[in-house]
Formats: sequence, C-alpha cells, structure tokens
Amino acid sequence: MTPISPQDNALYERLKEVIEETKSMRNPLIEVLRQAQDIFGYLPIEVQEFIAQEMNIPANKIYGVITFYNFFTMKPRGKYTINLCMGTACYVKGAPRLAQMMEEELGVKIGETTPDGKFTLSAVRCVGACSLAPVFVIGEDTYGRVDTRDKMSAILKRYE
Amino acid sequence: MSLKRIDLLICCGSGCISAGSLKVKERFQEVLADKGISSEVNIIETGCMGPCDYGPVLVIYPEGVFYKSVKPEDVEEIVTEHFLKGRPVQRLMLREEERLVSSQKEVPFYRKQVKVALANCGFINPESMEEYIATGGYEALGTVLTTMNPQQVIDVVKASGLRGRGGGGFPTHIKWQLVHDVESDEKYIICNGDEGDPGAFMDRSVLEGDPHRVIEGMMIGAYAIGATKGFFYIRAEYPLAIKRIRNAIKQAKEAGLMGENIFGSNFSFEAEVRTGAGAFVCGEETALIQSIQGERGNPTPKPPYPAVKGLWNKPTVVNNVETFANIPTIFLRGAEWFASMGTETSKGTKVFALTGDVNNTGLVEVPMGITLRELIFDVGGGMANGHEFKAVQLGGPSGGCLTREHLDVPVDYETLKERGAMMGSGGVIVMNDQKCMVNVAKFFIGFCVDESCGKCSPCRIGLKHMYNILDRITRGEGKEGDLEELQHLGETISRLSLCGLGQTAPNPVLSTIRYFREEYESHIRDHSCQTKVCTDLFHFMIDKNRCIGCSLCARKCPVSCISGSRDEKYTISQTECIKCGNCQDVCPVKAIDRIPGMHPDVLKQLQEKQNISIEE
Repeated sequence: MTPISPQDNALYERLKEVIEETKSMRNPLIEVLRQAQDIFGYLPIEVQEFIAQEMNIPANKIYGVITFYNFFTMKPRGKYTINLCMGTACYVKGAPRLAQMMEEELGVKIGETTPDGKFTLSAVRCVGACSLAPVFVIGEDTYGRVDTRDKMSAILKRYE
Repeated sequence: MSLKRIDLLICCGSGCISAGSLKVKERFQEVLADKGISSEVNIIETGCMGPCDYGPVLVIYPEGVFYKSVKPEDVEEIVTEHFLKGRPVQRLMLREEERLVSSQKEVPFYRKQVKVALANCGFINPESMEEYIATGGYEALGTVLTTMNPQQVIDVVKASGLRGRGGGGFPTHIKWQLVHDVESDEKYIICNGDEGDPGAFMDRSVLEGDPHRVIEGMMIGAYAIGATKGFFYIRAEYPLAIKRIRNAIKQAKEAGLMGENIFGSNFSFEAEVRTGAGAFVCGEETALIQSIQGERGNPTPKPPYPAVKGLWNKPTVVNNVETFANIPTIFLRGAEWFASMGTETSKGTKVFALTGDVNNTGLVEVPMGITLRELIFDVGGGMANGHEFKAVQLGGPSGGCLTREHLDVPVDYETLKERGAMMGSGGVIVMNDQKCMVNVAKFFIGFCVDESCGKCSPCRIGLKHMYNILDRITRGEGKEGDLEELQHLGETISRLSLCGLGQTAPNPVLSTIRYFREEYESHIRDHSCQTKVCTDLFHFMIDKNRCIGCSLCARKCPVSCISGSRDEKYTISQTECIKCGNCQDVCPVKAIDRIPGMHPDVLKQLQEKQNISIEE
C-alpha cells in the first residue's frame, strides 16, 4: 500500500469510523463504498485496498463491485457534477441537443472534468423528473426545460 | 395545538421543487408573519400532487382552491386577497374553456383519477406520522395483527386480485403463499424501490409523498409470510425518498409501531434501508438480492425462486413500492371494493407517470381498464403544441410502442402484452409525429446494452449486435434483410436470456418493426428520415428566395461550409456539413429548412466509399 499523507489521514480516520458503524449491518460493502466516495470524492485503488484490509474482503471483489455500479467512480470529480438526464422522456424532448450545448459550453465531453476542476459532466439514467424534461441535476438542484444556451449559461454561472 | 383556519398545501414533489415551490413557501412564511396571521395558517409541504406541468402548485383548504404556477411575487396577493378578504385570486386559478375551475376536485386532470396508492400523496405532510395516522394510517396493520391469522391475510389479498405493480404482474398472494408455506428459521421481505425505467417516477413519488403507507403495507406482508426483517432497496438517484423512508422508520420505531410485539401481538419487525448504486438490472429481483448482499448485481437463474432461496438463501418476498402502497387500503376498504375496480384479470388502480408530448405531464392514478385514449387525451389533456399523436411507449425499455389504432384498447396486463407492449412499472411516454421510431428503438437498445450485466451472452452480445444494425440504419447504411435479422436476433435474445432484462430488451425494436415498418424501410431504401431526427438522413437547405444574404449563418458555421454573398445568397456545402443546426438557429428570417432524406451529393459519396470497401 502507498503511504498515507497526513492530510489524508483524517479522511482515512473517518472511513474507519464508517466501517466501524456499519459493522452491525450484514454485508454492508456497498454502503461503505458510498460513504467512502462521499469522504474522498472518488474511490482510488488506495482507498479500495484500505477498505479491503479493514473489512477483510478481497480487493478484487471490491474492484468488481465498484466497476459494476455506475454510481462509483475511480476518477476524481470536479467541484460540481452536472448530471444530464438521459431518460426516455428527456431523450424525446431534446436531451441530445442539451448534451451537445453543455459540451460546447464547458469544452469537455460527457465523462470529463473541466480543466479548472469546477465541473464534471456526466450522463445519468432517468432522474425521475420527467415532466420537466429535458433535465439536468447539479448537486441537489434539478433544472428543467432548459432549451437555450443563454438559460444554461445563466444557471452554470450560479456555481462558484 | 392552536386551531388554524386555513390549510395551505404546497406541493414539494421533485417537479414543483425545481419549479421553485420552496421559495414560494418561504415567501408565504414572510408575508404571513408580516401581516401577523402566521398562527392562523397551517403551511403543509406535501408530496407530489400530480400535475407537474402546472408547478408550483398550491391547494388552499377549507375551499380546496387550486392555484397553479405560483411565483414568490404572487404570494402577497394570495394572502391579502384570499386569506384576509376571502376572495380567491382568479388569475392564478385554472380555466377550462373560459370557466374558472373553483376547486382541486374539478381540475380536469383529476376527474378520471381514482387515488388508492396515491391517496395521501399531495395531501399530507410526508414527514409527519401523525398526519398519516389521521387519514387512517396503521389502522389496517392494527386490525390485521389483532384479529387475523397470516392465512386470512393472504386470503384477503387473493380476493382483492392484487397483482405486482413492478412490471410482471405476478399475483401478489401467490408470492406470499409460497413463502408462507415454507418452513424456515428466518424469512425476509424486500421493497423494490429500484425504479430504473427511464420515464418512470411513480415509486419515487409514493416513497417521497407517503412513506408510512409503504411501511405499513410491507409490515402486513411480513406478518402474512412470517418475516421479521424487511429491506427497502431504493436507488441512489432518489436521495429524498431514502431520507423520507429512513425518517418514517425512525418515527414508527419511536411510536412502537415497529419493533417488538407490535400492537401487543407476537409479531416483531425491523426494517432497514439499502441503497442502490446505479445499475438498472438491480430492479430484477435476483440481482437486487445480490446487491443487498454487497455483490455485483448479477441475476441468478430461476429456479430456485427467491420465495425458496432468496436473501442469504432464506425464503424472501420481493414486492414493488406501489404493490405495498395498495395493501393498507385493501384491508381498510375490503377486498371486494378493490376488486370492483378494473377488468376481469387486472384489478384495482394503476399509477402512471405520464410524460412526453402531452399537455398535462405528471403523476396519475387511474382504474385498470381505462383506455389509452382516456389516459392520454382526457387525463393528459391531449397533445401539446398542436402536434398529432403518433405513438405511446409503455413499460420502459422492456415495453413496446403502441399506435393510434390501439388508442381504444383497455390498459390491463394481458391486453397490453398481446399488443406487444407491457404494463411495466407504469412509465407512459407519449410521442408526437415529430419523433422517429427507429431512433427511439435505437435509444432503448442502447440503454439495455449499457445496462446489461454481461453475465449471459444472448443479452451481452446479441443486444450489441442489434444496436449496431440500428445504428447503421440511422446512418443511412441499412441493407435489405436488416429487418429480418433484427427480428431473428430479437426473438433469440428473448428466448435465451437469463433474466427479465434480456428477455424483454428486444421489445421496443420488435414492436416498432411491427407497427412502423414503413418508417424503417424508408430509412433503409430511401436513406430518408421523414421526421428529420436522424442527422445523417436529412439535410439543411437555404431557401434563396427567403435568404437576405446577411452572412450570419456562414459566420456561425463551426466547419465553415456555408458560402455566398449578399447578391448571390448563401449555400451549404452538403458533403462538409455536420448538421449541428447552428445556421438554422441563428437565421434571422428562418430561411433554412430541414429536408428529409440524404442529400444526393452525400449519398453519392457514401456509395463510392461502400464500393471501394467492397472491392477491397
């Protein structure tokens, strides 16, 4: 394992607490990974190995679970993640066009992070806000019916 | 508790929140405090009321006045005019053909609806257990635990005719009976809240709007089958639903409605929330069980069914959110009442998420057996923006598309299946004549390719192959025989796949080939997408009669393929055009049109390329 830097130490301490707290649950791996991703922002190999050791689960199994679920990421994310909804309702109401506008606006493709580390652009399956289609979500805020580039720029400017 | 003279219900479903309902609520608090009448008005944040298109929505009791599209700046007027002077603000009320709709009950959107699972959604504060109890909540559980034995409970569910609301429509009582009859030291009950179908948000709305109802339904089920532990499996994309269910479980425990010896009976029960992590296949019950066990969500072969060997190899019942939400009412109002609604084989009501190109998008609950026409044109208010109805997609990626000729078929499990669609979880996506069915089919197959877990090869390889063919067709490179190949592949995949995902994934393609064959053929033979959706199969043309030669299009073209002058007007070099549509957007006189069909120059280039590759 790679040595842990002091600033990371606090994060690993928190992760340790999470693992401790979930001990009462049966098979809590996915819950631990979710919280680990909250703590670190992503799940690099070092974190996976740490969890493997603490929970006494083979590292390859953890890697297998992480790569199976879309929710988990092994790449660092930007400060804000923009989740473009690619559900059916959004698709028929212009999600591909919204995606194109978003890519042009940010200068990155879906799955990438802007060079300043501010936004990660990502596509998700239905967020269940179909009546507002096309929709994108930043953090806990849902934005619907964004159909012009100007409206979109105005929304993105709110995020500092 | 002081008496309030007005109840102000603010819809805080996801749709209304993003339309700004929380800001409206804050403004109400300010204005009411300003006027010194905070103590007279009860502000209640409710779950989804349904008509998301009108958001933010308010209902004011005792009159039941329904306000739509309320903005923070409207609040002052509502308070001074309505609350203080007793005159509802007419400009914020709905009008139907010039007539003012005076109360929520009269809103056309609600007229054909019958609310069972959604009875409290948009009516009570979902974070208050007291409000749920005030509507008769936990009464059914009390009656069941104190006066009935498990077999009697199952018999009631059997008499009601309730079938699983998650998609398959398997009779709920059979699942319960199977687990009830198995001897085991431990049994489990799971609520499937992994609503992954794109275009569906019924479960989300129920979990967010009335969480106690789902818990009560689950506990009645647990008692019937002999389970002492339940799991809510909710997808990670629904953080509010997760929060509300956790909160409700905590409240129920504190009130003694969950835990040891509930209602003084021998029945003890605990529930726990597990969250999904973004995998569509986890909506399949065996995959869901794997996921709760902390594994990759790969489905396992059936048999053994979860009823025999489920979670941690113990007998397990997996029911959908909406199924559980129906249970308390069945016990309160009786199985006969429930069975009196619906058709011969499909009883009760069904919640649908109505979306797409209809006027009233939103959450609706209607009796089974209603026709698609009533659902789309009466409840949904017809097609938006004056377009024609073309197709309706039911059942998500596993479902199929139905057309105008099916508008009068009753919505029930069997009828839909016979026509090549399915009830699914209840997503209804209405499409107008601007939609390309080949493209829609490609979208669904693309979805299933991404979401296939990869365990069995018909699904993993077969779907990818179908996707490639569809992709070729939408690029103008379709061949004779492609449709037969798609049908052959689709039928093989349906027959040989391990789980429901693969078995149903070809449905959207098979049903669109069945009902929109000529559209596929025009893509293949004429290299033309009549709806101008498939970018390779239409082209942009500048109409020289309308063009004013301003050069804006040429300047905005990212690939500089537009040239001309003020006198000669502008033309597009078709072989270089990337169809981004910028020129059409910026043209001040709307002189640029989309013309169906590949441009002859592009077609020639494509055929030359194909000939070269054949010779090679």
